[in-house]
This record gives sequence, structure tokens and C-alpha cells, in this order.
Amino acid sequence: MGQKTLGPVRRSFAPWLDPQAKPLIRFENVTKRFGDFVAVDDLSIDIYEREFFALLGPSGCGKTTLLRMLAGFETPTEGRILLDGKDVSRVPPYRRPVNMMFQSYALFPHMSVEANIAFGLKQDGMPKADIAARVEEMLKLVKLEQFAKRRPHQLSGGQRQRVALARSLAKRPRVLLLDEPLGALDKKLREATQFELTDLQQELGMTFVIVTHDQEEAMTVADRIAVMDHGKMVQVATPSEIYEQPASRYVADFIGDINMIEGRIEASGEGRTRFRSEALGLTADVLDATPIGVGETSWLAIRPEKVSVSHEPPADTSVNAVEGEVWDIGYLGDVSIYHVRLAGGKTIKATRANVTRLIERPITWDDKVWLSWSPDAALVLAA
Amino acid sequence: MSDISESAGHKANPLRWLVVAIPYLWLLVFFLAPFFIVFKISLSQVAIAMPPYVPAFDLAAGISRFFADLKELTFSNYLWLTEDALYWKSYLSSVGIALVSTLILLAIGFPVAYGMARSPKAWRPTLLMLVILPFWTSFLIRVYAWIGILKKEGLLNQFLLWVGAINEPLTIINTNTAVYIGIVYSYLPFMILPLYASLEKLDETLLEAASDLGCPPTKAFWLITFPLALPGVIAGSFLCFIPIVGEFVIPDLLGGSETMMIGKTLWSEFFNNRDWPVSSAVAVLLLLILVVPIVVFQNSQMKAMEAGK
Repeated sequence: MGQKTLGPVRRSFAPWLDPQAKPLIRFENVTKRFGDFVAVDDLSIDIYEREFFALLGPSGCGKTTLLRMLAGFETPTEGRILLDGKDVSRVPPYRRPVNMMFQSYALFPHMSVEANIAFGLKQDGMPKADIAARVEEMLKLVKLEQFAKRRPHQLSGGQRQRVALARSLAKRPRVLLLDEPLGALDKKLREATQFELTDLQQELGMTFVIVTHDQEEAMTVADRIAVMDHGKMVQVATPSEIYEQPASRYVADFIGDINMIEGRIEASGEGRTRFRSEALGLTADVLDATPIGVGETSWLAIRPEKVSVSHEPPADTSVNAVEGEVWDIGYLGDVSIYHVRLAGGKTIKATRANVTRLIERPITWDDKVWLSWSPDAALVLAA
Repeated sequence: MSDISESAGHKANPLRWLVVAIPYLWLLVFFLAPFFIVFKISLSQVAIAMPPYVPAFDLAAGISRFFADLKELTFSNYLWLTEDALYWKSYLSSVGIALVSTLILLAIGFPVAYGMARSPKAWRPTLLMLVILPFWTSFLIRVYAWIGILKKEGLLNQFLLWVGAINEPLTIINTNTAVYIGIVYSYLPFMILPLYASLEKLDETLLEAASDLGCPPTKAFWLITFPLALPGVIAGSFLCFIPIVGEFVIPDLLGGSETMMIGKTLWSEFFNNRDWPVSSAVAVLLLLILVVPIVVFQNSQMKAMEAGK
């Protein structure tokens, strides 16, 4: 029932577009250095109440440092962190209304599941009866009622993950921080848990900040994703914006699979851009004008699923089309990836959904094929 | 099928038993047999003879003589131990000194082991080496060195006089204080090593988790660090307590007339009074007193092993 009422609310949930909205968390020009190494570099970001915010990036990009600063385990070298408008940069972790779920779960091995969940509540001096009630509620939430008396080492990996989640939620923190929470689970369990996490976050109406290096995970759970590189946020946007309108080649390359073709801008204006690659003999029309100047080196970026492969040439072969030879086919079950080699030696990837159960694909190795796409499929990125 | 496995089992058996038998054989020859000899002497009477007690069993004298000798064995030496206050006072004093020393060792050893376990990984082998380094010199020489430090005109007094902390040299040597210093110095590695072993395994994210859940660092020490280091605390404490109770060299060299320890009493019974039966009785009682902590220690070790699984 909760889902039904939340559904429409969810779709229009975008407080970051509202200039009146007050952020719950604000990073203000935060820099963190470890010796000479700059882990977080002059970073500012607002995170809003009830948001599911993902920090995504390769290892060493500073995402974990950012999370640890929010938890209080690290203090910023420069700048400040505001929580509810109050500067918490130097508040120790045990006085912050923020809880963290650790990558290693960090369950106390000498305590039962129950005692682990009750630990934080006891620190707050909550009455015993209330603690018992809250622990029971949490156990029910993560479906571990019958494991209350067990020790962590008597549980499976998935169960331990649930205990860690219950323990970090028990205090009803203003913000829940999740550090690679699903990294230790196998693929099936991870996918199921991703959806459970989003359901839980909506049900509790809490703010979640998750750190992950898994782009699929970030796309599944998050309202907004911040893609990080070398201590900076290179793009902060919704999952679909990040995927369809990457701000840079780094983002485009990091999220999903993408073909990049080097060339120049021939013309730009009136909601259209004309791109030309001499090396491949390829001309492309792209919807939307580009701020990149005419004649400048740029990159045509196009996702493999947006390129169609066919034996027949498209109606107009002069633009958004190129001929090549099937070099390799990757069969993934649901889709096949065609590696098509162009005359210039460049290989373009195109995926096709396997809509029939035929073992023999109509397009096969060494076939001459045409690749084509529509003007709204590709985009132009600066070098 | 069953034939094959049975015959294979039979073939494997003798060798397997041999392997299991070796430690038992060792215990039998080097512990149980000497223990029974000592126990037998403790039931004998002192005599001016060689050996200095009767009856001395002589199998060559015949079976009837053996049974006659057997009748002479009595528990009178044990009764004597209960009658003379000297003995139970030295027992009590030994246990007391061992208890206090163990507490001091724990108070010093824990911070040292904790610091070692929290030091940068690259330093740890060196620090561990420094703890073990004293073992490279003879134990006796190290205790003698303490005489040189603690005596009236020793290094410590010279230093304190030089800095002006005292006007008169302190009397430390031949007091219980010197015994405590000697014991704590000698046994410190045995306390640090098991503590370090259990503290090093401690996952630091557990302390972060505790802090994250609202627990300040000092409280987290008692709620997380100490309980998880408990196997090390127990191992270190017993590893020190048990041998300290029977310690002889340190109280003999550093202690004075006020120092009563059962090891010293045993030695003087044996060598000054040449009363082998009474000193044997003292030794047997000492063993019985120590059986209790040894069994407790074994139990806790077993539990720790099971928890580790």
C-alpha cells in the first residue's frame, strides 16, 4: 500500500531543482589531504532530505574519504561540512546523528545479533523496554527474528549484511551512510538487496548516502549519482542523465559501454551539430547545438544499443551511417554484441536484442553490414 | 569393502599410536616418574644417611623387607607443614606476590602490547624483536645485573643522588620492592606476547563502528577492545602467575629476610636443613596448589580455540 502512494511522489522527487529547498548535508569547498596526496579536492555538494545519493568512482577517487568525513572519522583539511545547517566538520563520530554501514560489516564478534543491534541504543541511554521493542522491530525489518541470539560467526554473509543494516538503522539516524554495502554478496543476492534497500529507504523516509564502484548498483538505487575522479565530482545528476547525457568522456566511459569516434565539428547551430571524421569517412548529425567551436577536435559518443546493424543500407547513407565488416560477435544470451570493423580500422560496437530463439544469427562473421543511428542517439563531447 | 577398510585401519594403527604415545611417554618419564619419586620421599623420614631419608627401598633385600618399608611411610611431614606457620605463610606470601606481580605486569604489559599492535605495520617486527631481545642473555645474568642497579651504591641510587631527587641512598636491594622489580622485569615478555597476539587481530573498524554508534573512545575500550583481548589477558596472566608462585632465583638474589616465598623455603629445607622429606612435601603441596589455576587456564584456552573456529 505504501508503494502505491509513494510512487507518484517519487517521480516528481527532485529537490535539487528547487532553489528554495534547504539541503540536509552541505559540503562547502571541502579539501582533504593525506600528506601530499589530495583525496578530496575543493568539493562542494548539496544532498537533500529523503534523497538516495550515490558516490560513484574507481578506487582512489576520494569517494570513501568523503563518506568518512561525513561520518566523522576524518576531518576536512579545508572547508566545512554542514548537517541541518550546523557545522559538523569537527564533531566526533559518536556525537553525530549519522550512522554508517561498514563494508566489512564490522559486527561485534563477542555480542549476539540482538546485542549488536542494541549497542547504539544503549549508548543513548534509551530505557530497556524501548530498546527491546526497537531491536525486535529492526529484526523484523530485516527478517532475522529467529537469529536474535546467534553470534555473527554463526550467520551467512547475507544475514550478516542484514544485521549490519539493522544495527545502523536502529538509531533512526538523520543520514545513513553505506560503504560498498553489497560488495561481499553474490550477484543474485546483490540485485535482490538493491531493490530492498530502495524500498526500505522510501518506507523509512530517510536520507541514504552510498559509496560504490559498481555503476549498475548506483543506477538501481540512487536518485542522484555523483561521479568522482581524482577527488573531484565530474558530474552530479540522475542516473538517466548520467547515462544519456554524460558531461565528459570520463563519465561516458565510466558508465556503461560507449563508442568514441575522434573528429571535428563542421557546423553548429539551430539545434543541430554536424560532426565529421575524415579518418573514417563518417559524417554525423547530432541533435542539439554544442558549445564546442567549429573546427575543434571533438568526440562523437554513441552507446552500442543505439546503433542498428543491418545488411541493407539505410535510406540516406551520407549521414549517420557507416559501412563495415563483422569482426566478432559476443553472445550474452539476452543481447549479442557485434564488433564491426570500419574501413579506417576502427571497431564500433553495436548490440542487438536476441528477440528470436534461432541459434544461427542472421548477421554473422565477415558479413558486410551497415551501421546507422538517429540524430538523437549520439552526442558530441569535447576532447 | 569393509574388509579392505578394516585391514587398512589395522595397518595404520601401530604408527598412529606411536605418534600419540610420544607426548604421553615424555610426560610419564620426565614428569610422572619424578613426581612419584618426590611423593615417596615426602612420605619418608629424615635420617643421617645416604640418601638422607628412610626407608630407602632396596629391592635386593627381598619382598618381605619391601613390605616392611612400605609400612614405614607416613603423612607426618604433611602434618608438620600444617603445624609450622612458616610453611603456610610462605605459601600465602608466594601466591600474594604472584598475584600483585601479575596485576602490575598486566598494567604495564597491556599499554605496551596495545601500542605495538597499533604501531605502523613496518615497525611491528622490530618492536617484537625488542621485546624478545632480553632472552638472548642468560636470565641469571640479567637478575645479577639488577643487583648492580638496585644496591646502595648502585646505578639507580647514584643517578637519583646526582639529580638531587634524594639525599640518602634508598634501600631497595634485599626488600620485597626489589623482588617485584625483578619479577616484573623478567616476566614482562611473557605478558606482552600473548596480549600482543590477541590485540593485533583486533579489527580497527570495530572501534569505528562503536564510535559511529555513539560510544566514546574510553567506553569503547572497555566494551570492545578489552573483551576481545580477554583470551590474551588470561593467557598472559596465567603464563606469569604460575611460574612466579614457584619462583626461587629472583627472591633469593634480590629479596631479603622479609621475603617469604615457597621456592626459597623449599631450597633452604633441602640444602640448609638437608630435610629431603619435608622439602618434598612442600613441593608436592605447591604442585597441588597450582593445579587449580592450571586447569582454569587450560579450560579458557580450549574455549578460546573453539571460539576461534
